[in-house]
Amino acid sequence: MSEEKRNDYSSGSRPRGPRPGRHGGPPMGVMGGGPKNAGKTIKRIFSYMSDMKGQLVIIVTCIVISTIVGIMGTYFLKPLINNFIEPLIGQKNPDLSEFIKWILLMAGAYIIGCLATFIYSRLMVNVSTRTIYKIRVDMFNRMQKLPIRYFDTHTHGEIMSCYSNDMDTVRDMLSQSFAQLINSGINVVGTFTVMLFLSPLLTLIVVVSIFLIMYIVGALGKRSGKYFMMQQKELGAVNGYIEESIEGLKVIKVFCHEDESKVDFDEKNDKLFKAAEKANSYANIMMPAMNNLSYVQYAATCIVGSIFVIAGNIDLGTLASFLQFTRSFSMPVTQISQQFNAIMQALAGAERIFNLIDEEPETDNGYVTLVNANIDEDGNITEADKRTDRWAWKHPHHDGSLTYTEVKGKVEFEDVVFGYESNKTVLNGISLYAKPGQKIAFVGSTGAGKTTITNLINRFYDVPDGKIRYDGININKIKKDDLRKSQSIVLQDTHLFTGTVKENIRYGKLDATDDEIKNAAKLANADFFIKHLPNGYDTMLTADGANLSQGQRQLLAIARAAVADPPVLILDEATSSIDTRTERLIEEGMDKLMANRTVFVIAHRLSTVRNSNAIMVLENGEIIERGDHEELIDQKGKYYQLYTGMFELS
Amino acid sequence: MVKKILSCLGEYKKYAILTPVIIVGEVIMETLIPMVMAQMVDRGVANKDMSFILKMGALMILMAVISLTCGVLAGKFAATASMGLAKGIRKKEFYNISNFAFSNIDKIGTASLITRLTTDVTNTQNAFQMIIRMAVRAPLMFISATVMAVLINAKLSLIVAVAIPFLSFVLYFIATSAYPRFMEMLSKYDKLNARVQENLIAIRVVKSFVRGDYECEEFEKAADAVRNAQLRAERVVIWNMPAMQFSMYACTIAVSYFGGVMIIGGSFKVGALMSFVSYILQILLSLMMISMMFVMLVLSRASIQRIGEVLEEESDIKDDKGNEELKVEDGSIKFKDVAFSYANDPGNLTLESIDFEIKSGETIGIIGGTGSAKTSLVQLIPRLYDVIKGQVIVGGHDVREYKLNNLRDEVAMVLQKNVLFSGTIEDNLRWGDKNASMNEIEEACKAACAHDFIMEFPNGYKTDLGQGGVNVSGGQKQRICIARALLKKPKIIILDDSTSAVDTATDAHIRQAFKEKLSDTTTIIIAQRISSVADADRIIVLDQGKINAIGTHEELLKSNEIYKEVYESQQKGAA
Repeated sequence: MSEEKRNDYSSGSRPRGPRPGRHGGPPMGVMGGGPKNAGKTIKRIFSYMSDMKGQLVIIVTCIVISTIVGIMGTYFLKPLINNFIEPLIGQKNPDLSEFIKWILLMAGAYIIGCLATFIYSRLMVNVSTRTIYKIRVDMFNRMQKLPIRYFDTHTHGEIMSCYSNDMDTVRDMLSQSFAQLINSGINVVGTFTVMLFLSPLLTLIVVVSIFLIMYIVGALGKRSGKYFMMQQKELGAVNGYIEESIEGLKVIKVFCHEDESKVDFDEKNDKLFKAAEKANSYANIMMPAMNNLSYVQYAATCIVGSIFVIAGNIDLGTLASFLQFTRSFSMPVTQISQQFNAIMQALAGAERIFNLIDEEPETDNGYVTLVNANIDEDGNITEADKRTDRWAWKHPHHDGSLTYTEVKGKVEFEDVVFGYESNKTVLNGISLYAKPGQKIAFVGSTGAGKTTITNLINRFYDVPDGKIRYDGININKIKKDDLRKSQSIVLQDTHLFTGTVKENIRYGKLDATDDEIKNAAKLANADFFIKHLPNGYDTMLTADGANLSQGQRQLLAIARAAVADPPVLILDEATSSIDTRTERLIEEGMDKLMANRTVFVIAHRLSTVRNSNAIMVLENGEIIERGDHEELIDQKGKYYQLYTGMFELS
Repeated sequence: MVKKILSCLGEYKKYAILTPVIIVGEVIMETLIPMVMAQMVDRGVANKDMSFILKMGALMILMAVISLTCGVLAGKFAATASMGLAKGIRKKEFYNISNFAFSNIDKIGTASLITRLTTDVTNTQNAFQMIIRMAVRAPLMFISATVMAVLINAKLSLIVAVAIPFLSFVLYFIATSAYPRFMEMLSKYDKLNARVQENLIAIRVVKSFVRGDYECEEFEKAADAVRNAQLRAERVVIWNMPAMQFSMYACTIAVSYFGGVMIIGGSFKVGALMSFVSYILQILLSLMMISMMFVMLVLSRASIQRIGEVLEEESDIKDDKGNEELKVEDGSIKFKDVAFSYANDPGNLTLESIDFEIKSGETIGIIGGTGSAKTSLVQLIPRLYDVIKGQVIVGGHDVREYKLNNLRDEVAMVLQKNVLFSGTIEDNLRWGDKNASMNEIEEACKAACAHDFIMEFPNGYKTDLGQGGVNVSGGQKQRICIARALLKKPKIIILDDSTSAVDTATDAHIRQAFKEKLSDTTTIIIAQRISSVADADRIIVLDQGKINAIGTHEELLKSNEIYKEVYESQQKGAA
């Protein structure tokens, strides 16, 4: 009986508290498909434990010991009754020494069992947390190396779910299912053997009825699974609606649309309730069904067993212990079937994680690197070990020689054709030439390919060899990291990180001093508003800088780029939410900073690009006009139309 | 707090009460069944009394059926009650949030509100389900098993009297010391996930600054912190199993010895010993359940508290004193010595000494630098925030005298950070007027220069926008939003930098249409571009929360430094 109860406990979920994942999931094994290749995935998980082999051996040994002691507990009663109690009944001065010896022996075994349980639990925590840690770090490291294209084709939700939901199921599998499976497995095999040994005929009855029970439980599980899928779908709908309406709550209020949205919400909420109620009902029914069916089975076995006892086929003690085993047999069997679901789900999760880890990283065959340089009057370049505000490309050649080329920011595009999808080109034969120290601007309507050009300059996407040259070097030969270090980009969508204002600016240059940060902020005209924040430069920014206005976030992003002080600066609609007066102040600051360096500017607002050295007007992925402001006005082409408001940009 | 949340049960209250009641039946059966089992072995099998065995067997099956029925019903009712609770909580939260003022939304934050409506509800629902299933079962099982054990053998029950306090103490100790550790782990885990999310959103920033390695290092630190926190928490929890086993084994040994001695002495029976052992285990098990329940409750405390906060949060803006009959008569606006602060702190004013008057039908431009409080100023007109000093008078009455709906129906505002909702373009436009005819919709879209591009979509007005209006460009979105506001046919319309992504020519067309079609409507335009406001009747120049000047374009060009500077910054270099 002890065995039964122990399992009863361990099958109940260990208190582990609320899941931190965003949306609640089903309790176990009912979502999504199973793993495609379970064996391979299991092997892979174990490969993470290869440095913990010793611990694993101890763990498995201890689980075995703990389980055997548990079974012994069940088996204990028979010899106790048969050998030491029954013979002594009615004796006047019974000799208890054998009985006591047996009890002490059992006590010893029990202590070992407890110890074994403790040891394997303790080691398992070590192993599982370490494994999870390693998988997590692997996943993140790989994620950082994936090309931008990967993030274009996978939603944040999808990737996040690998980190939260999938990781959680793997964690639960490692810390619970693993030990339980071994435990239940040994129990089933052990109990089965003993039962078979006690009475093969009765065993047959038990096995048949177990299959019957499992069939019923399986049918319930299938039902429950179906409704859990439905619940998950409805939960997604409700949560999506919640997200949308809370994010748009201010609009709802401005339009007095509260009542309508309440009606919509109630409808979705009701659907979710219906699905969730069914799903949970079936799940809740599972346990009592299993329990009570095994009582019925017990009664049946007892009746049949008694017939055998009366017929003299087996003795009383055998039936008594057999009945014990009947109870402790059905428990682990159903447990395994339940664990099986959980494990399959965890393996499917692990597979998704490993798919991410196996994702092809950004290819980088570049070998030209960026170095700080000293350049003497004759133009000879030598490598410097400190920042000199001059940079050079270090170019190793096949013959082992090294050449240095000064980084000037000369960018050439030669007939570049590019599309994000193979069947849809965004750039159709772009050729351009940016002289060092120039300010180059791109204007054009949405979808004309402005941002795409900058995406190619920093190799977020690759083009065929030789089409783009940077200081005369084919950019595919330049190491991606070094290429990007030579450029600062202020992106269209400003993203800030959780942390202080100071830390956010410092992101541009990790070793920047506070003074450098302040100077950069002044340059970007951010200093005045930062000073007015509650804690100045130490104000915490949360959730992508939600506590700042769009314009203020852009100012910070510019400061972040300014502190990096790079040879090339790319501003992609970086000042769209900043008023023109402030924009002009920033421009003056940036002009000073970027004197003799190259700046690319993309803007919607023509006042932003007006004083550029060269303005390229893009349309449908082609440059249709180029020149400075005066030249373009004189040409009286598209730019002129845009400028005078005769043509519409969308 | 808990009371408030339980009140969300509503019509499902009866299920929440029925569940534990029915569970009583299940528990009673579960307690009795081992007794019947023992009888079967002790009397039936021992005496080879077949008819007795059959009788007991039938009784046992009957009891199992009753127990099964109770179990199934209880399971179903528990599901209904807990899911009903979740539904009720969501509904109450959603309704209350709908009544929030802007300042309430700002205070809690949208991200947090979403968590409180999703994850927190799920946690609470799970804890509740567990509790209604366990709250009666565990103590009842504890009591009934104790009674049975005492009935079977009072002397042997003394063993349990030692085991119970021991196990209770250990479990209590584990639960209380695990709780803070688990909370710590969860908060570390949240931070880790937040870090990943941030990296996903800002992957281009990370890559362009070549901070991949730096981020990986930071992530490793965060992951290590999670691992350590988890280790600390689990190290405590793993004591559960050995402690349980130890108590169980110790009891078994003690019962076997003392019971054995009694059997030998003739004062105890073999079958009784076996059921005694099983009752002891039931007692210990129910203790375990109680401790699990305790842990679960404690762990969901944070969620319960957060939900409670939303339910108890009262809207900062109330209109109970508003006059139902009072309608906005015209589009006149008057600010009388208005001061405003987001923090409600007179020492930290966003707007100060604002005094001006707008006649019905006027067009007013507002110009000012980043952070000059332009948006804050206009948000006071539809009473999205309340002033802390002075008065905002719309249509001749203080905004606080109106019912909010009456006021906001006449004041349309196109927000700077505007949002479209999933659904078709038409669905979105109908927000302005549910019953608008197709003609009216097209009319509004033409005025907002949106009709032409909408017609270019294959499905025209029936084009599906997707969540957040992802299928249209920034400029197009702004124009749909303007059309949506126009459909309200308001007396006052406010455009808060609503044409920033629209080019100058279209911007001019829109303004022209406004002039022609909305000559009676008071129009307020906030803009970065001078050209957007130049032909307004009057222009307000805001600087650091104060009015710097009011006048026409020509007047301001002559007399106002800031305005002149802005104007020149936009003219510089023009041919």
